[in-house]
Amino acid sequence: MDGRAKPGHDALNDWRAPEEIETMAEAVSEKIPVTVLTGYLGAGKTTLLNRILSEPHGKKFAVVVNEFGEIGIDNDLVVGADEEVFEMNNGCICCTVRGDLIRIIDGLLKRKDGFDGIIVETTGLADPAPVAQTFFVDETVGAKTALDAVVTVADAKWLKDRLKDAPEAKNQIAFADVILLNKTDLVSEEELKDVELRIRAINPFARIHRTQRSDIAIDKVLGQGAFDLDRITAIDPDFLEGGHKHFHDEDMRSVSFTSDLPLDPDKFFPWIQELTQREGPNILRSKGILAFKNDPERFVFQGVHMILDGDHQRPWKDGEPKTSRIVFIGRQLNVPELEKGFRACVA
Amino acid sequence: MAATSTPSSLTSKLRVHALDGAVVGAAYLGTTPVFALAEGVLAFAGEEPLRVEAHKGVLLSLAADARSILTGGDDGRVVRTRGDGSTEVVFEQKGRWIDQVALGADAVAFSVGKTAHFKPAKGETKTLDVASSVGGLAFAYKGTRLAVAHYGGVTLWFPNAQAKPELLEWKGSHRGVAFSPDMRFVVTTMQEPALHGWRLADGGHMRMSGYPARVKSMAFTAGGKFLVTSGSNEAILWPFASKEGPMGKQPTMLAPRDVRVSCVAAHPKDEVIAVGFEDGMVMMVRISDGAEILVRAPDASPVAAMAWRADGGALCIGTEGGKAGVLVL
Repeated sequence: MDGRAKPGHDALNDWRAPEEIETMAEAVSEKIPVTVLTGYLGAGKTTLLNRILSEPHGKKFAVVVNEFGEIGIDNDLVVGADEEVFEMNNGCICCTVRGDLIRIIDGLLKRKDGFDGIIVETTGLADPAPVAQTFFVDETVGAKTALDAVVTVADAKWLKDRLKDAPEAKNQIAFADVILLNKTDLVSEEELKDVELRIRAINPFARIHRTQRSDIAIDKVLGQGAFDLDRITAIDPDFLEGGHKHFHDEDMRSVSFTSDLPLDPDKFFPWIQELTQREGPNILRSKGILAFKNDPERFVFQGVHMILDGDHQRPWKDGEPKTSRIVFIGRQLNVPELEKGFRACVA
Repeated sequence: MAATSTPSSLTSKLRVHALDGAVVGAAYLGTTPVFALAEGVLAFAGEEPLRVEAHKGVLLSLAADARSILTGGDDGRVVRTRGDGSTEVVFEQKGRWIDQVALGADAVAFSVGKTAHFKPAKGETKTLDVASSVGGLAFAYKGTRLAVAHYGGVTLWFPNAQAKPELLEWKGSHRGVAFSPDMRFVVTTMQEPALHGWRLADGGHMRMSGYPARVKSMAFTAGGKFLVTSGSNEAILWPFASKEGPMGKQPTMLAPRDVRVSCVAAHPKDEVIAVGFEDGMVMMVRISDGAEILVRAPDASPVAAMAWRADGGALCIGTEGGKAGVLVL
């Protein structure tokens, strides 16, 4: 310890040892799940929120809404937030957190009567990344709560236009784990298919649900475990045919690679850490299922910008093809360079 | 670090109290130890135990002097509680949280979101809006100047003067804030695991980093020779005796363990500190030679708050798990 700053980013070195898996699984179950609700103005976020709250599920939620946002939320515990996005003073520009959310969650966790989950509704113009990163960067918040999923409500009629003129709308689609394609009654089946293709071009792993008036079963929105490594089961194989395939939507795209040859962990970890550190601002999300040489277990990882979380998940099953798959969602992705880097990790 | 094989122990002298909620603060009102509970209650642990319901909700912030305790809650109230258990609502704004409070000689201060309020004993309340939600408030010792910590630095505010508030800038989110007893330095705890300080005479910066975790507890020792902090596996003491402060100097590290320090409290008269750990253990440490005395044995719940009696003759300890202890020396 000395009087000079040591720029560091602990979360980057957050790879966990396999023996910690069990304790982690226990810890996860005790944490309060947090659902982040995003969506462009008028897409139907508040309608969805009120649906979640009014269902007879017997659960208690704390709801964090934007201070100056829409009103009329029917819940006992509603807290107004200021959406204060703070840069972390650690040298990485993309590492932002919601300062107000840290403060609010600290306060909520002190409540004696408790609650079953937290729902954070963002404004239509918000970038979901700082909200998501808050749960990985702040130690107190991360110890007691866990990000469950980013749920984005999109207007089926207007999403195509917003993807052209609103970078926020694109971020919200790119970041989502669950997408409600809402107001489907206002468009034709053909238009719906087209907008779904546009969503898929940006985000290949979100679950898309078609809805009207945000009407959806609560279990399709809550309890998703999207950031839970144990629940990374598959990366949509439709998008992984032929070893390498990418989709692009002007600047935002997803890209994925597969390898049937086992990877070398001593090559892969330095590569992914250096890559996310350098390209972190452009890489919004990443996910992977990996087969390492002489390793009987699947290694899974997920990332938000520069923050990576990875672990051994389970043994490969008999007859299961030991295929490594990796997906990046981001802006200005250099596809040939990414592919070269990934291929170089083969053992 | 002194060569102590088995530290001596005062654990048998610790009077134990069971409280029915997590402790978030502690203070002495005269000779009575008082524990602030998260659920809004002040529990007086004197000869006649007393429960004062200061807030109808979570108690978010606390400041104390010898005569009163000032608390802020998520019920939007600022409440002053006196030694006889009487309470006075100093301020109320329904639907908002009172995030920070501070007590001055003839004034109180508190914050609601981005707005810092200054309320003198006589005269009008004044407000100041800063760049972000207020992370911390501290009065300078004479009570005429208020430090307001926020994102991007600290604003020094003289509520009774015409002078424009002075901004001490440093990138990042500043949470706790304190003046050194000699008023030469202002120090903040940051969202990052680091402290930042300014030398008031020339605005010189002091970066104090290297912590494994965010610093949540800090205190100047008697006479202001050291700033003792939590955030590591030992108490970290930054030297503040010289003109330059801790710049270019190594901190002293006391009471090393394999468990993180969660709370520190400096003895009001002697160069002695109380060090509380995340497993509930508390040690008293003499700064001059690092000699340790065990005060409280570990019980797995983090030490959340500690306070010394004004004469230094007693120490009270509260844990997140709702246990309290009082040591009379």
